[in-house]
Amino acid sequence: MKMQEGALSDPASVPAGSAAQFAAMMDVLCPMHLMLDAAGRSVHAGPTLMKMFDAAPLIGVPFHDLFELRRPQIGMSVPALMDHAGTKLHLRMRSALQTELKGMLVPLAPGTGPAGGALIDLSFGISVVDSVREYGLTSRDFSATDLTVEMLYLVEAKTAAMDASRSLNQRLQGAMIAAEEKAYTDTLTGLRNRRALDYMLDRLAEAEHDFALIHIDLDYFKSVNDSMGHAAGDHVLREVARIMIEETRSDDTVARVGGDEFVLVLKRLTDRCRVHDIASRLIARLKQPIAFGGRMCHVSASAGSVLSCDHPHPDMTRLMLEADTALYAAKRSGRGCHVAFTADLNQSVDGLMPADGVVERRAAPRSSSSDAEKDVGA
Amino acid sequence: MHGMINRAIERFVRDTYGRDIWGTVMRRAGLDYSEFEAMLTYDAKVTHDVLSALGSVLDRPQQDILEDIGTYLVSHPKVEALRRLLRFGGPTFTEFLHSLDDLPARARLAVPDLVLPDLELREHGSGHFSAFCRGQTAGWGHVVVGLLRALADDYGALAVLEHKGARGDAEVIDIQLLAVEHASGRRFDLGVGTG
Repeated sequence: MKMQEGALSDPASVPAGSAAQFAAMMDVLCPMHLMLDAAGRSVHAGPTLMKMFDAAPLIGVPFHDLFELRRPQIGMSVPALMDHAGTKLHLRMRSALQTELKGMLVPLAPGTGPAGGALIDLSFGISVVDSVREYGLTSRDFSATDLTVEMLYLVEAKTAAMDASRSLNQRLQGAMIAAEEKAYTDTLTGLRNRRALDYMLDRLAEAEHDFALIHIDLDYFKSVNDSMGHAAGDHVLREVARIMIEETRSDDTVARVGGDEFVLVLKRLTDRCRVHDIASRLIARLKQPIAFGGRMCHVSASAGSVLSCDHPHPDMTRLMLEADTALYAAKRSGRGCHVAFTADLNQSVDGLMPADGVVERRAAPRSSSSDAEKDVGA
Repeated sequence: MHGMINRAIERFVRDTYGRDIWGTVMRRAGLDYSEFEAMLTYDAKVTHDVLSALGSVLDRPQQDILEDIGTYLVSHPKVEALRRLLRFGGPTFTEFLHSLDDLPARARLAVPDLVLPDLELREHGSGHFSAFCRGQTAGWGHVVVGLLRALADDYGALAVLEHKGARGDAEVIDIQLLAVEHASGRRFDLGVGTG
């Protein structure tokens, strides 16, 4: 057999029945073994271990100068090591790379090496992937029965498969986010929709965060729609949406929940006066005429608000109902204004709440014809 | 069919003939998407339709195309990962041939639902082998011919390969090794692919 770099030596080429023949057999079967004499000096090493030490001194060097015994912590005298024959040793090479190795020691049988000596077989532990690269090992450096090469194959194959999976997951996640965004968005205005609002309110209730809820209904929107057409109506809704976004903070929620109905959720707000300021400023801006096709559209807005902090255990259905009640009060008092919910209005709420306290939230967007019902006392 | 196989066909076409041809092939196959996902499963008919469309778009016999796909999988730089995985089969081409029987199991180890055709190597002495390929669809043998020819090159071995047609349920590939290491093949380092 032709000797190649890193190839194993041929047991048949050494004298029979000798320690040398045993060492040659070990070179083939356990190319990472090390033989120690009774004093703990290395006397022979397998070809792969030789390759790993490269130019560094190996033969004749005491075991404890070559390796650090990490576990068990028993010291590195030959008697101590012999006491732990047959148990797993955790070793670290005293070299720049500090390679971690597993080891197993057995006493040398008479005639197989120096009397009182020991044989240690070594292998890479979990560091195998790095070590094979660092030492430039090839499949010839491992015994054919060693699973190291299969393990390297598996690591590489799994990495490739994981990469493919990850790229699929990223694409799916992107598609999911886009689909969710679509499901939670009002297509006309780009605002959140009813579904998004319900979701947001449920999260706020779970987290027990305080917030203000303002229910806004446009005044005179129906007449814009009727007299100037749906295109004008749609334009007004988009302008109204833009103004609402401008008048709120980025982490507030602005949702269009019906034809001309909107709900604002203002996070962390607990001050009645501030809510009134925000609602009033918003109404003032919405009263400004909106240009469309060379003509002016005139709308206004009525608003009813409620604070979650007014309730020890805010019930979302009740809060929505109270905001709605306040909105009715605003409509009744002449529109174009904001009314905060107060206990005086409570009577009407209690009348509307069923005995078990459960009221279906209005799920379907209210058509703009409901404007007429709301325009009470106009 | 596993998406990995459809994806391999896609990459072969795109890297060899360009995106436009690939788009034409997919439309000709009646598919309204342009990319396969390697990690999804597709109906076997999809693969069949894509290969038929490919044959008519390129105006080439399907077996030639299949052989080119096999060659592409080993020799194109964009699929280096696969070449490396194949090279784990053994340090020489002969040892690789001896590991052919394990190839489907090796693939399953990486991707459990990837089903490759069964391969069986028979030795006739003096460097003469036959590989029996049993897949669910005919034509796999041509892919294997292209793959083995490119791998022999990769190992630096000189081999003559020939598809001998079907025998029973198997496609038979004749392999004659003329020289195990006639030239230096491409380098393969065990430990570079994972860092």
